[in-house]
Amino acid sequence: MILQWWFDHAPRRARPEGGAIAGAPNLWALTVTPEEWRQAAQDIAAGGGRLLSLWASRSVGGENVVRAAFTAETGALVLALPVAAGSGYPGIEQSFPNASRLQRAVADLSGVRSTEVDTRPWLRHAAWPADFHPLRDAAVPELASPPAIDAYPFVAVEGDGVHEVPVGPVHAGIIEPGHFRFSIVGEKVLRLEEHLGYTHKGIERRFTELPLLEGHRLAARISGDSAVAFSWAYCQALEGMAAALVPARATWLRALALELERLANHLGDLGALGNDAGFAFGLAQFSRLKEHLLRATERALGQRYLMDFIVPGGTRIDIASVGVLELAECVQFIAAEAETLRAIYEDHAGVRDRFTGAGRVTPSLAARLGLTGLAGRASGQAFDLRCDLPCEPYALLAPRKVVHNDGDVAARVAVRFDEVAESVRLIQSVLRELPAGICRTAVVAPREESWGIGLIEGWRGPVLVALEAGVQGSILRCHPHDPSWHNWPVLEHAVIDNIVPDFPLINKSFNLSYSGHDL
Amino acid sequence: MWKTLRQIYRVGLATELPPAPDEALRAADALQARILQVLGRALCIRAVDAGSCNGCELEMHALGNPIYNLEGLGIRFVASPRHADMLLVTGPVSRNMEIALRRTYEATPDPKLVVAIGDCGCTGGIFGESYATRGRVSNVIPVDVAVPGCPPSPRQILAGILTAISRAQPASDANPA
Repeated sequence: MILQWWFDHAPRRARPEGGAIAGAPNLWALTVTPEEWRQAAQDIAAGGGRLLSLWASRSVGGENVVRAAFTAETGALVLALPVAAGSGYPGIEQSFPNASRLQRAVADLSGVRSTEVDTRPWLRHAAWPADFHPLRDAAVPELASPPAIDAYPFVAVEGDGVHEVPVGPVHAGIIEPGHFRFSIVGEKVLRLEEHLGYTHKGIERRFTELPLLEGHRLAARISGDSAVAFSWAYCQALEGMAAALVPARATWLRALALELERLANHLGDLGALGNDAGFAFGLAQFSRLKEHLLRATERALGQRYLMDFIVPGGTRIDIASVGVLELAECVQFIAAEAETLRAIYEDHAGVRDRFTGAGRVTPSLAARLGLTGLAGRASGQAFDLRCDLPCEPYALLAPRKVVHNDGDVAARVAVRFDEVAESVRLIQSVLRELPAGICRTAVVAPREESWGIGLIEGWRGPVLVALEAGVQGSILRCHPHDPSWHNWPVLEHAVIDNIVPDFPLINKSFNLSYSGHDL
Repeated sequence: MWKTLRQIYRVGLATELPPAPDEALRAADALQARILQVLGRALCIRAVDAGSCNGCELEMHALGNPIYNLEGLGIRFVASPRHADMLLVTGPVSRNMEIALRRTYEATPDPKLVVAIGDCGCTGGIFGESYATRGRVSNVIPVDVAVPGCPPSPRQILAGILTAISRAQPASDANPA
């Protein structure tokens, strides 16, 4: 069988915007048997499809369903595999290595185990007992404070002169917490093993305590640097389920917010990358540009970071009339300054030396491991939801897809520079062509058992939010997925054979989310 | 090289004046005069993300940009709690970070100050207390000053830091505005 077969067999209960699942366009759903589940994963992998996310949910009757979402050229497909109580399901890590940690997280949180050979807990440390599964068991057991010390079984590397360097969870900077275990010889990294989950805040369970019409606020706080992407994905799913018609002006304002978020993050990263290469001038320059952008954003849209801008049915406020011109001038200024600074980075022998060849992920490795989003596009993985599965207004805006093939720090810097220019162009288009009208419509909570999926290309990569409605406007299940899930394991490969002092630079060039991953 | 110098010259000085301390942010009046004597005009801060969404960290980063120019005030972020006078802690404190936060606090030499940053650091925020989080920072370690906001702006964070290293004002003088 081939990839297309699975798409063709998804029920054709098509919606006007294409696809069968509420929310993002061109999404299809198919319920499969355990045998078909693994066969489908093999066929999709062989056909060049990509894993978006894998999660488990429970029906009102208590039946477990494991779901996996994939993207391919023709759209996105969500497979559903019902799993009887007390039994497991076949893992798909042979076809998609990036499924491994997702399957371990499902075992921790939902208590549904795959055939995955790595049975170590992933998000659960020692803070709660192994037989408590927060997405399955309503009653929380008595928890000790402070919790017991966690003894995570890292893979040991042995041999002459090999030693371990443990780093974290508290890092030497203003950075999120996580643990890195390096096995090194001299300066060279033989192996890196990550241990994450330190910022696990119980987000998925917290969702079930909120009304459907309030969940966007939590979605915006899954990963603070991707507030727009997550809150848009949440609202996209919800609005699809509620069959709400979002005013055109609101979708354009959302795109404006998403591109402002992309631009702000890219400016911050470009400065930090210069700094990590020993060029503090870059940090001073780019952080100044970012501050200008955040201030202009606040005057136009009410907040520096747009945590509460996107709401069900549209946007919380309209753009301030003075903000339009100011924002347009600000991004034009930023584009010009970024060009000047790019020439300086490219002329600087020391910066070029540190960037080029560091942390290389070849396109073939990137394809095999499922490297996604910005980092993927620096390794020849030419995927961008804004171009491939565009929601309104991206089909009209027609963003240019930025792709580089070298896969090193220099390529990830180049993608950011190109995307800065492209986001500035998109922001200017939106400000020029913003449709008139209202920016918000009323949304009625969708009926029980309806479900939907939101899919938005955030600055880091594709963000997915899967939402299921419960009784009386409650949330039965909400699964948010950050692209960092796929890219963290690739970072372990990117640093092999590099020197330890280059790790901060390589790590920053990916700039993955801890909070978005740890949930 | 000349391009770099030209850019530095062209941009000039971007730094703005810092905000005044804000008594409303003070959570505990435990500041000993000795701390002020010890610190003088230099303050070393260790940032601890105890489970935040990373929003507060973005604004803490901004303090280092040329516009807020934190280092120009004699304040800098250091890599070890053993070098620090103050911990800047964001929350909510996840249970998986509780031990690390306690150890960081213990590793910071006395006398020390703790400033909790953001709605989650102040109250637990939208995450609250659960099987996974302990909520507000003061549930785990003592807090001197708490700065609300989601995320608080760099000026609000800076006001919180400056409040912590200023002497407590009598209530009648506090916050005339």
